[in-house]
Amino acid sequence: MISTIANWLGAGCLVAGALLGLAAAIGVLRFPDALSRMHAATKPQVLGVLLLLLGIALRLRSPSDLGMILLVAVFQLATAPVAAQMIGRAAYRSGRLDRSLLDADELAERGSGDGSARPA
Amino acid sequence: MTGTPEPAPDTPAVVGRGRLGRWRDQVAALGWLVVVWNLLWGDVNWANLVGGLLVGGAVLVFYPLPAVSFGGRLRPWALLVFAGRFVVELVSASVHVARIAVQPGYRPRGAIIGVQLRVPSDLNLALTAEAVSLVPGTLILEVDRDSGTLYLHVLDTHRPADLEVARDRTLTLERRIVRAVGSAAELRRIETDPSAKGTRS
Repeated sequence: MISTIANWLGAGCLVAGALLGLAAAIGVLRFPDALSRMHAATKPQVLGVLLLLLGIALRLRSPSDLGMILLVAVFQLATAPVAAQMIGRAAYRSGRLDRSLLDADELAERGSGDGSARPA
Repeated sequence: MTGTPEPAPDTPAVVGRGRLGRWRDQVAALGWLVVVWNLLWGDVNWANLVGGLLVGGAVLVFYPLPAVSFGGRLRPWALLVFAGRFVVELVSASVHVARIAVQPGYRPRGAIIGVQLRVPSDLNLALTAEAVSLVPGTLILEVDRDSGTLYLHVLDTHRPADLEVARDRTLTLERRIVRAVGSAAELRRIETDPSAKGTRS
């Protein structure tokens, strides 16, 4: 009984995760500039992966697999924002952004004014 | 964020951290690496423990990390609050971005704002930057370590008030993080800051 419920919940998580992954892919394709695309590549993508992992965990249910799944989740959470930040920063510094889509840019107002920043 | 098995120190936060504190950080890092190694093998046994110690020790020797001092302490309840809110915001952010991704003919506008954090320690800067990227509408572009300022890209803005909302949300997030893992001094600073809800540039 319990295992049936867990299986169905797991299946639901897998489908939801896959749909979020699809939405993230569509976002990466459709958003107008690199910065917006990075939004799609972080949030729905990360939640999609987490849901997929949860779904897998609910179906496998063995301790050794759970450990591995937990690791994947932790590193996904820790690395996805870093990757997105590196790409976003590179896009900003190389001027690959659509300024007509920006309402404000406080980074350009800072210091040097040309938008290039000191290395962090 | 990472569930490091960092022992909650019952000693008061060490301010001038000497060799002892540095040593404790190294031990905690080694412990975490051993745990990772065992999880990767999917099995905890003596061979994996010893192997993990060797590999973890080699990693720490050959790829030494800059000293990120953990001067605070873990507060379980605040950590739980942070984690709970984080999940809620991650879900709502994901649904939001997914929705505007599939909405036909919609071109989201954005903005870049600078948010000055109130606790400019390295650890807090890093944790806040990570968390901010995953929660509604914001993405880190640049980190100014000297002034403790994060530069964020905000997606889907409609009016100037949206920028203030994003700013407030970032500062609220920072407060939750400091409440969960900050030191006593950092906590005092954030609780007494008058500009908690104010606008800062």
